Amino acid sequence: MSDLSDLYQEVILDHNRRPRNFHALGDASHSAEGYNPLCGDRLTLYVKLEGDTIADVSFEGAGCAISKASASMMTDVLKGRSVAEANALFDRFHRMVTTPPGEVVEDMGKLSALAGVREFPVRVKCASLAWHTLKAALNRERRTSTE
Amino acid sequence: MIPEVRAGIDIQRVRADFPILARTVNGRPLVYLDNAATSQKPRAVLDAIASYYTTINANVHRGVHELSGQATDAYEAARERIRAFFNARSIHEIVYTRNATEGINLVAYAFLRPNLRPGDEVLITAMEHHSNIVPWQIVCEGTGARLRVAPVDDRGELQLDEFERLLTPRTKIAAITHMSNALGTVTPVREIVRLARAQGVPVLIDASQAAYHMRIDVQAIDCDFLVATGHKLYGPTGIGVLYGKEARLDAMPPFMGGGDMISSVSFERSSWNVLPYKFEAGTPHIAGAIGLHAALDYIENIGFEAIGMHERELLEYGTSVLESIDGLRLIGTAPNKASILSFVMDGVHPHDIGTIVDREGVAIRTGHHCAQPVMERFGVPATARASLAMYNTRDELDALGRALRKVREVFAS
Repeated sequence: MSDLSDLYQEVILDHNRRPRNFHALGDASHSAEGYNPLCGDRLTLYVKLEGDTIADVSFEGAGCAISKASASMMTDVLKGRSVAEANALFDRFHRMVTTPPGEVVEDMGKLSALAGVREFPVRVKCASLAWHTLKAALNRERRTSTE
Repeated sequence: MIPEVRAGIDIQRVRADFPILARTVNGRPLVYLDNAATSQKPRAVLDAIASYYTTINANVHRGVHELSGQATDAYEAARERIRAFFNARSIHEIVYTRNATEGINLVAYAFLRPNLRPGDEVLITAMEHHSNIVPWQIVCEGTGARLRVAPVDDRGELQLDEFERLLTPRTKIAAITHMSNALGTVTPVREIVRLARAQGVPVLIDASQAAYHMRIDVQAIDCDFLVATGHKLYGPTGIGVLYGKEARLDAMPPFMGGGDMISSVSFERSSWNVLPYKFEAGTPHIAGAIGLHAALDYIENIGFEAIGMHERELLEYGTSVLESIDGLRLIGTAPNKASILSFVMDGVHPHDIGTIVDREGVAIRTGHHCAQPVMERFGVPATARASLAMYNTRDELDALGRALRKVREVFAS
């Protein structure tokens, strides 16, 4: 059995309390809405692409601590990255949160704080919501859902 | 010597009847407070199902052989049990369904839709479960009819004057919950039916939540239809009940076609079986009906008086436990409510509450409870909900209180 503090690490609680890049983006080139019907988490993700570079990224919405912190941390990490890098991060993040507990996962720096969701399978969707919404935004899908 | 009469329930004995209550979750004793989603099953129900499959399993209403006869007898005895439980006049008025949802759909499609014209209205309340919203919506969309919604006040009580105002000659049915799954509000169903009857409006009562907390008498309520589901009544999943007044059911076309619901079939035309079989196409959930029979016996054996007294006491105690938690707000505080404690906590999303209390072995529901319009009405995206059943105890509510203090600790850092 895992400890709750694996899930609710200080860095996650901090991002939940003070989410970064938590606002609409007037000049966004891409946006998408993410929805997790299980718990009602809803977020809108805004991306401003300049050429192939994510010049700015932000989000708004309401959700649980895990989904909010994950979105906040993701936006922090993505600024200045290329679309290809963002896609690669998506794959690495997805692998990290879906690897069975007990198995070794790659270190993703700050994002590794979210590896704790592996011990709480019903919460994996919360951590993944922002990332799936990012994919949808970059693929110009209007709305995505973790269902 | 006159023995002391106690109306309460022997809680230790009741708990011993439910095998699952002995298990642990995350290393803690299970505290099951998600009864509004589904209740646990007493051993009598599990035994009845096992006994059916090990001794008399056969299809019903079909064979001349011994087993088919015995299975049919058991299946029909369950129907009679259900009739008595809800005090219906006749077994012709008791239709087996999969669940309450199917019962509502049956009425929406077989009773309402054939008579629905553009401009007609269906009246519900603002605290219905999705299952008592969406079927009507679908039927309205297909016919140009309109769904009207009677509001609830800030405590979660139905605004009866508004309900009455919304009853018009255009209203073709009123479909009303007996007890809100998201708020716990118990509605005045007799008064609702009386008001509707005065306007000639038929009434369907959704008794899914109410049926395991309080005695329901369809003749006293005088509703046209009533639906309930077995799995909340301490019975198996996949078996439910539609009660309909015989004259209503008789006038309705079948809902689904198939075996058992016909009296004769040719390629030119078929004719329908008598009530209630007209509405029971295909091989039914025989074991489910037999399990439900055992569940209703179990409930009657304890008695609604004792169950009600125990659950009211628990609700009162649970309310005081929750009110002692910092920053906790109850959603649903109607004067007449039962067995449901829906709440939100400042600065903590219900989903996080659910995960943290689960680590303490406490099972509650978090989310919109299939009642998104209720969440909207109270301006919250979701709530956490503890819901009580006859086997819950004060100790378990204390465990919930401790777990919620843990939530505060985690989110205070």
